[in-house]
Amino acid sequence: MSNTNANGGLEAADAQQFLTFKLAGEEYGVGILTVQEIRGWSQVTKVPHTPVWLLGVINLRGVVVPIIDLRLKFNFANAEYTDTTVVIILTVGIRVVGVVVDGVSDVITVGPAQIKPAP
Amino acid sequence: MTLDLTQFHEIFFEESFEALDSMEAALLKLSAGEVDAELINTIFRVAHSIKGGAATFAFNEVAGFTHVLETLLDQLRAGKRQVRPDIVDVLLRSGDAMRAMLSATQRKEAIDTAGVATLRAELDRIMSESGNAAAPVAAAAASPVKAQAPAGAPAHKPGWRIKFVPGPDLLRHGNDPLRILRELSTLGHLKVSADAGGIPPLTDLDPEVCRLRWNLEVEGEIERAAVQAVFEWAESECELTIERIGGEPSAATAPAPAAAPIAAPIAAATPATEAASAPKAESAARNANPDGGSIRVSIEKIDELLNSVGELVITQSVLSQLAAPLEGREAGELRSALAQLERHMRALQESVMRVRMLPISFVFNRFPRLVRDLGQRLGKKIELKVTGDTTELDKTVLEKIGDPLVHLVRNSIDHGIEMPDVRLAAGKTEHGTISLHAYHKGGNVIVEVSDDGGGLRKDKILKKALERGLVTSDVELSEERILNLIFAPGFSTADVVSDVSGRGVGMDVVRRNILELGGHIQIFSTEGKGSTIRIRLPLTLAILDGQLARVGKEVYVVPIVSIVETIQVTRERVCAVANGGQVFRLRDDYLPIVRLHSLFDIEPDHLDLLDGLLMIVEADGKRVGLFVDELMSQQQVVIKSLETNFKQVTGLAGATMLGDGRVALILDIPGVITRFQEPEERGRKPQAA
Repeated sequence: MSNTNANGGLEAADAQQFLTFKLAGEEYGVGILTVQEIRGWSQVTKVPHTPVWLLGVINLRGVVVPIIDLRLKFNFANAEYTDTTVVIILTVGIRVVGVVVDGVSDVITVGPAQIKPAP
Repeated sequence: MTLDLTQFHEIFFEESFEALDSMEAALLKLSAGEVDAELINTIFRVAHSIKGGAATFAFNEVAGFTHVLETLLDQLRAGKRQVRPDIVDVLLRSGDAMRAMLSATQRKEAIDTAGVATLRAELDRIMSESGNAAAPVAAAAASPVKAQAPAGAPAHKPGWRIKFVPGPDLLRHGNDPLRILRELSTLGHLKVSADAGGIPPLTDLDPEVCRLRWNLEVEGEIERAAVQAVFEWAESECELTIERIGGEPSAATAPAPAAAPIAAPIAAATPATEAASAPKAESAARNANPDGGSIRVSIEKIDELLNSVGELVITQSVLSQLAAPLEGREAGELRSALAQLERHMRALQESVMRVRMLPISFVFNRFPRLVRDLGQRLGKKIELKVTGDTTELDKTVLEKIGDPLVHLVRNSIDHGIEMPDVRLAAGKTEHGTISLHAYHKGGNVIVEVSDDGGGLRKDKILKKALERGLVTSDVELSEERILNLIFAPGFSTADVVSDVSGRGVGMDVVRRNILELGGHIQIFSTEGKGSTIRIRLPLTLAILDGQLARVGKEVYVVPIVSIVETIQVTRERVCAVANGGQVFRLRDDYLPIVRLHSLFDIEPDHLDLLDGLLMIVEADGKRVGLFVDELMSQQQVVIKSLETNFKQVTGLAGATMLGDGRVALILDIPGVITRFQEPEERGRKPQAA
């Protein structure tokens, strides 16, 4: 019964889509509507006097966009830059930021019933 | 009428606010004792066009109030009433009320009807004062709105009231209603009011079908036959009622606001052939405005243009870089063509920039009013001197310095200028003077706010700062640093107002605003003589002449305006000082050496001063030597804000895109110096001199 409800929720308008990505072996998700684009890793310009997780800024078609390494932000030990390392460009409110993750996986649809409060 | 007028609302509001500004300026000149027919005309025109517009869009409160105001102005204009200070005062407040009403309407909020009613009553009282009732004014004849403004009071002159309802085919048969009206007006004073109620929506409009009706009044001793003769050709195709203007008040002289919405939409809804006299009069009034040759362009469009030009500049510099290593005859030609391109690009860039520039008078204009009102309220006699108000500044900068300047001027009035008796006792003139002074200096615009008041009391500032723990007693502070304490956040509390003649109220906010603009603020004060606050602002926020400098792998842009010179260091001119610092002897000065790599924590090519270069940079009268690895090219860079997507970083003015698409950070020299000095402040006085 609860299953069908949840399935019904999937088709309902309040179901949300998430882009999932990998960080240190774990899956994370971010609301698809905030994702602007996904880019390969490219060199950044360092900004002095900023936290380590702020890698620097890049030129995204004429806009200066800060790049945050989520692995450093979340204090994961391993922050390597490999072929699959990508930057997800997110629009948060009026700001645009890029986050570095180990790789993107999928787009999933989640009904409101499937979202549990944060532990 | 189903025509959607809301699309015009924004333009109306924008124009009205601008018009109100010019009205206020004119009123202030009036209050200064300049009675000038042209000034009154300006004010009248403002009231009139706002009323017309408001009525068109059915903002009835605005239209109604403005109508009363207009009636009074009309009397002033006709010389029926003298301009008196109290009238000017009421008019000024009426302007404020109109502004408030308009912005409330714009935001779709409720209008403060009580306040408006009070003002309206005041206007009515003034008008009822000398039994000199309103009378129609000949000059206003063209517009039905205006013609009906003084309705009610005048005794009826002899004449004819004509109701003219043309048949639909009137135009097709070559009859021109306008010609008829014109002919009528030769008989006597003519009042025209058009009824556009029969006009279908624009989509269904057949321009050849006449749907307008007119209510006409022609004054004068005219024979009925003469009136009828005018309509001779059209008589068979229209309904015509001609009656003598009698004693009874008639529907035709209904209150003006009711008539106006009928008349005005014609301008928007009907082709020119059907346009009645009302819109014509309106456009004529608009043409009379001095800014005849200008168009209204949204800022976004200009910014788009500016962005494209910025990208072009980058592309152009890429081309130049590519052409540099080429050899041969063609390469020389290519380079000279590129040089020409660069010149044109600069010209283009400058003209686009200039589009965004506005004279600083846009900001200064509000001060006469502020000084007058606040001075009056505090019982102080203050004269405002404004110089350099034609100095041009970028619109964005202009918008953002308004509030800080108001704050500074208020401070000067409130706490700087003393009461008249105190001033006399101190041997000064009774009138205090506040001056606003704007001028260009280098690539900057300097704005100074000075007063000849009491000045800042350094001992009290210092005492306060010690109390608050902003400084410690063992440090000897320079005069400049003491004065700068008033900018410290937390210094601006209520008890400071009474202690230190109140300076410091929100001064940290003022400074922050100026810093955000990439400007700087300095304060000079002599006790008993007055204070001056000098604000340095960038001419524009968008483009900068920069020197590229490399440190390790990073490339930074140093604003050329900050650079004094660049030199190669020799060993004997470097001295070590305490705390591992170094100073450099430049002629008779010792300048601290700022190692950019250690300040910004990056890996440089050279650690030895002899291998790199020392850029002597200056900000706010302080000079330091900036140690970098190598100088690269000079170029104009388009400033991109770091704040848009990130945050402000002390020492950085922003970022820009280099020719190769990389981001380069732009140094903010004052910030760099602050950053360099701050950690040492507790230890020793910065900059050995």
